[in-house]
Amino acid sequence: MATPGDKPIVSISDVHKSFGTVEVLKGVSMDVRKGEVVCIIGPSGSGKSTLLRCINGLVPIDKGAIRVAAYEVHKLMKDKELLALRREVAMVFQQYNLFPHKTALQNVMMAPIHVLKEDKKEVETRARALLKKVRLAEKEGAYPGELSGGQQQRVAIARGLAMRPEIMLFDEVTAALDPETVKEVLVTIREVAEEGMTCILVTHEMGFAREVADHVYFTDHGVIVEHGPPAEFFAHAREARTREFLSQIL
Amino acid sequence: MSRHGQGIRAALARGSDLPVLLPAAERLARSAAEERAMGLPSLRLTPAHGIVIVLIFLLATGAAEAETAPVHASVIMTLLKWTPLLLKGFAFNIAISFFAMAIGTVAGTGLGLAQISLLPPVRRTASFAMHFFRNAPWLVVLFYCMFLLPFQVRIFGVEVPLPDWIKATFGLGLPVMANVSEIVRGAVQSIPSGQWESANSLAFSRRQTIWMIILPQCVKRMLPPWMNLYAILAMSTVLASVVGVSEVMTLTGDVLAAENRPELLLPFYSYILVWFFLYCYPIARWTVSLERHFAVNI
Repeated sequence: MATPGDKPIVSISDVHKSFGTVEVLKGVSMDVRKGEVVCIIGPSGSGKSTLLRCINGLVPIDKGAIRVAAYEVHKLMKDKELLALRREVAMVFQQYNLFPHKTALQNVMMAPIHVLKEDKKEVETRARALLKKVRLAEKEGAYPGELSGGQQQRVAIARGLAMRPEIMLFDEVTAALDPETVKEVLVTIREVAEEGMTCILVTHEMGFAREVADHVYFTDHGVIVEHGPPAEFFAHAREARTREFLSQIL
Repeated sequence: MSRHGQGIRAALARGSDLPVLLPAAERLARSAAEERAMGLPSLRLTPAHGIVIVLIFLLATGAAEAETAPVHASVIMTLLKWTPLLLKGFAFNIAISFFAMAIGTVAGTGLGLAQISLLPPVRRTASFAMHFFRNAPWLVVLFYCMFLLPFQVRIFGVEVPLPDWIKATFGLGLPVMANVSEIVRGAVQSIPSGQWESANSLAFSRRQTIWMIILPQCVKRMLPPWMNLYAILAMSTVLASVVGVSEVMTLTGDVLAAENRPELLLPFYSYILVWFFLYCYPIARWTVSLERHFAVNI
């Protein structure tokens, strides 16, 4: 668990981002320490997913600064530099985005072999272990189309872990799942978090956020309205907007 | 963009009454646009076409048989007599179609990828080349190649002759290239953006993403229009007769000139038509069944 004195591994300060005339992020700042689990909650369209995509450079920012480990993300211009950053930051998507023409095992193995240029044998052992960890060892030969949403999402988590990243980003990873499979994915994420992985999650699962997060951020209309440790945040929200949101959802 | 596509974008912009329908509508508009992009007239050959063609052949042969003077061999015998020669010519057509398709596919894949290049000059040049060769009449391109390509080239100090049929193959390969490039571009753009996003976030380079993740998924989508293009190309190889390549049409003309019997004209040409039907029909059927298969499975 994080101790307050650590230097943050992700440091976001005053980030602005517009798509055309729509200002999605209006000066967002946040710090995440190594090993911390941070949940970002908020209504749709409040810029949560965009913020996540800014962290690994999928979306370039207009103004402000983002530092991830040793990388000044906002200064990375060349593809090569961005790729180096993305080796440290894995991302799991709402729509899983597994590669449909590859089996579960191949999905997990591809990036370490072709991006990190690691030894195939060694990667295969690791990939099998990861699939076992997400309880899909028996599905290694299945194609994504043959797996349920929850199973696909767990493969996607294993695929991210196979890169041995410093940070994992989860973008509403349970939003496309039916209620029963949500749980199996959340259990997997909790295990990842408990092993000390730095996790930033955008989620609508308030119960999960309360239970797993070290810190909760509430965003609305491109700004962070309020943030705090979950116990405090959920029980005694200071801002009226936060209380309104929580009352609708809880 | 299509009028339909614009309508949907406009509806998206102003906020539709039924936003829940928009993803489906947009998907439909995209697939329609994609079809137009890949858009050669698709070959929908049915058994009825075959029956009509065979009937034409039989009627023409019967009529010619009735007209044949007693001194001449029967029309059927004359057809059979020349069949081996004509088959050789037909094999030439098939060979030209194979090579033109191979050249067009390799070059077209390159041109299609150039069309989605991140470098605007590359993209613009590729797009210009695509439009140029896709909209130029095939015969005109063929003539240009026949007269602009030298009759021999020097490769590593060795003079290599360029016979007419090779020049014709290049001439037909160029429009094929332009059409293949649109098939490739359309297929690449039909892959959901999530695939690019996840490849990006796994630190695959753009080149790796295209070759290892995007293109393999495109193959299935590209196969039906690619085969359709091939069937059209196979039929277009007879254009080479205009520039003097001894393929089946040229040979048929030669045979008719040698026989000097006007009544043979219709039987011979409808005979060739039957061959082309027999060759293209299975390809067209297969294309349709693949399309159906993928429509269900993609």
